[in-house]
Amino acid sequence: MNNASTSVAITLKQVQKTFSDGTLALKPLDLHIEKGEILVLLGPSGCGKTTTLRLIAGLEFCDQGGQILFGDRDVTSIAIEQRRVGMVFQSYALFPNMNVSENIAYGLRVRGESKALKEKKVQEMLTLFDLEPYAERGIDQLSGGQRQRVALARAIITEPEVLLLDEPLSALDALLKKRLRTDINALLKRLGITAVYVTHDQEEAMAMGDRIAVLDRGDIAQIGTAEDIYLSPKSEFVANFIGQMNHFDGLLHGQALSFKSNFMALPEALYSTHKEGERLRCMTRPEDMRLIAFEDATLKGAVFHSVFLGDRTRVLVSVEGVTELLHVDCFERKRYSRGDRVGLLVPPLRVVLLPTKETEDMPC
Amino acid sequence: MKQNKQYLLLIIPALIVSLAFFLLPMAKLLWLSLTEQHGISYWYILTKPVYLKSLGSTFLLSAVVTITSLVIATIVGLFLTRHAFRGKSILVAMLSFPLVFPGVVIGFFVIMLAGRQGLFAELGLALTGERWTLAYSIAGLFIGYLYFSIPRVVLTVMGAAEKLDHNLIEAGRSLGANRWQLLRDVTLPALTPGLISSGSICFATSMGAFGTAFTLATNLNVLPMTIYTEFTLNANFAMAAALSLILGFITWLCLTIARRQGGSSLGMGG
Amino acid sequence: MKKGMSFYFQLAFTLLVCAFLIVPIFMSITAGLTNNYFVGVKSGLTLRWVYQVWGLYSDTIWLTINIALVTTLVNLCVGVPCAYYLARTRSKLSAFLDECLTLPIAIPGMAIALGLISVYGGISEFRMSWLFILVGHVIFTLPFMVKSVLAVLQSINFRVLEEGAASLGASFWQRFFHIIVPNCKTGIVSGVLMTLTLSAGEFNLTWMLHTPLTKTLPVGLADSYASMRLEVSSAYTLIFLGMILPLLMAAQWLNRKPKRTA
Repeated sequence: MNNASTSVAITLKQVQKTFSDGTLALKPLDLHIEKGEILVLLGPSGCGKTTTLRLIAGLEFCDQGGQILFGDRDVTSIAIEQRRVGMVFQSYALFPNMNVSENIAYGLRVRGESKALKEKKVQEMLTLFDLEPYAERGIDQLSGGQRQRVALARAIITEPEVLLLDEPLSALDALLKKRLRTDINALLKRLGITAVYVTHDQEEAMAMGDRIAVLDRGDIAQIGTAEDIYLSPKSEFVANFIGQMNHFDGLLHGQALSFKSNFMALPEALYSTHKEGERLRCMTRPEDMRLIAFEDATLKGAVFHSVFLGDRTRVLVSVEGVTELLHVDCFERKRYSRGDRVGLLVPPLRVVLLPTKETEDMPC
Repeated sequence: MKQNKQYLLLIIPALIVSLAFFLLPMAKLLWLSLTEQHGISYWYILTKPVYLKSLGSTFLLSAVVTITSLVIATIVGLFLTRHAFRGKSILVAMLSFPLVFPGVVIGFFVIMLAGRQGLFAELGLALTGERWTLAYSIAGLFIGYLYFSIPRVVLTVMGAAEKLDHNLIEAGRSLGANRWQLLRDVTLPALTPGLISSGSICFATSMGAFGTAFTLATNLNVLPMTIYTEFTLNANFAMAAALSLILGFITWLCLTIARRQGGSSLGMGG
Repeated sequence: MKKGMSFYFQLAFTLLVCAFLIVPIFMSITAGLTNNYFVGVKSGLTLRWVYQVWGLYSDTIWLTINIALVTTLVNLCVGVPCAYYLARTRSKLSAFLDECLTLPIAIPGMAIALGLISVYGGISEFRMSWLFILVGHVIFTLPFMVKSVLAVLQSINFRVLEEGAASLGASFWQRFFHIIVPNCKTGIVSGVLMTLTLSAGEFNLTWMLHTPLTKTLPVGLADSYASMRLEVSSAYTLIFLGMILPLLMAAQWLNRKPKRTA
């Protein structure tokens, strides 16, 4: 089966949500999701990602003035049962009073479809999701992964215009999660269905999404592809939420950032946009930094601690003029012990510079 | 919104039933008790010995029954939770039956036990040559009230005792507490909310128990009997209304206490 | 651990208490089947008294069954939607309704009966019919139905199930009948059993509400206890127990089942 024919784009215009107790859950939001695109809403709990999803679903309604479009159809004030969405819930919300087949068929049942059509489509779904042996089983006799598949089958059988997934993998163990996220991604791509996927797991977000929207306190902090967000985060919040970052402050002197006796050369694109003598926050990822010989480096330090992590060794280096310990991933099988004098190399293109915010103090 | 209207539709039947057949009658009762004879009924209740005595003796009887059932049921309930033996589940099941027996039937059971041809009478005849007949005195009422009170407390104690964290007992033992100290310092405090809750339900049920008193037709004027007499024999509706409202207030108070303690209101027998 | 004196003392005490609760039931069963209770079981067993009770009181038995069934039906139609509403919404109205529904448990049956008589006693057609008793029984048993369903609803995450159904296009009533009702089946069944048992045994209200033409079984029982010989009363009690004990056992069985799987 293919949903490409039924799928539509989703447009949110100035969508804002205030809860009944007066808290602003979502600041006015503009968002466009292409037909067939998978957008991941990523963020910590309470950031508004689930609220956004529930607004798109029609389980909540946005404040006056907002508008939600499915394709050209204005669904702003249409209830969920008329929106033609498919939804996979965090707890799956499978009906305990029905078996696997009945659960999958439910969307067709309430539409009053014929028995023959129901049977045919349920059979398709059972085959697609490898659920044939479990067709007659009760929900409580299924494993977590099987439930997840039933939930997904139930959501797409009606060929919804959009598919909404609310942390669908969070109830599963780590290994199964990894396998399923690639499976689900492949399936959604094959069906060509427009999907909105909510998660708080950045790895999952990168594996699933065509684009990722990082939400912070009811606002989109950044939206873009996984690469955009990982390589050029626009704020410290985004940088911290995706992957790990070293951040340290320095002063801009000429074409380099200086930290007392140490300095770090910057590419033109970076130094030319800032003023001489400006205090800047420098961010760089542990896996981008390299340990080199002490004598060859402009950024010198001493090993504070090192941890062997199997695929790499995490070395914590203290650098004069930098308050934080810098985390460096070392992929060569090399041993470091406390006090070893090392040089640090930071590839200039792997550096993100932001103006310092004195008030914010975020540990790495 | 549209959905809210549908939700309202769901409670309209309940609202109608409740308003028409409960709230309205209760309001009418209150109105009658206050207006007929200018509310003199309440004054009579406070001053005439007949009513005061009825109220007092019902109160006393209910209190004694409650305390006795609490003591008996705590012993039985703790024993039944702590020890496993064959047939226990049947025994526990049977213990819960009397909860829903109507008061009249319980009254009849008291007659079977302590009436003129009852078990106690036979026992007394065999032992002392004298028939022990307790059924139609205050003792009969006491037996009857115990009959419907004990199961309720036993079930509550068993429920609470099963939830009791066994580590607490073990911790107490590791600290060297003996059996009585454990009972006093660990078990009973844990059971207290349940005991208060089921005790107040027992008290309320005893206060309002009509069927048992009616069947035993004792000379003892318990409150429900007084209400009945006022209504049927004296045709004094205002007095019956006032008395039953006072009774209702007392039982409501007890059940509110019970609810505060988290107890569920089990079926009222009696 | 060795079982000491205290164990046997407690065992004896427990058995004594159980005997106190159970012996009268057996006594009234045997008395109802004995030729002459004065003489004892050796006078022979008979169904004579049961037949006699049937002849005298069968109409009360039918009326009781009738009222219990109709009460249950009313409770189903009124109580289940009401429980769902109470579980679903948290408003002033639902708090008020919750209070109104709990109150009849706390108020003695006599007071409710007097109130009903004071308001509707004048409408003689209603006063004389069995519907008058039915109303009392509904008021008295509805709280138990509602609480029983409410308890189940509060133990399952019905909101998410409903959202799931809504996302698949189910309308309000489809959700109610396909999802809510089947999933609180255990609560409904135990509420039904409770209603049947309580209605069949209700005396306090019924005694005040009945008329000579609308006598229920417990009213008949009180009547027979006052005027009939012990064997007849016992046989009548036996019939009553025969009616409600199966209900109680079913309720017991129902309560135990989920505990085992959990």
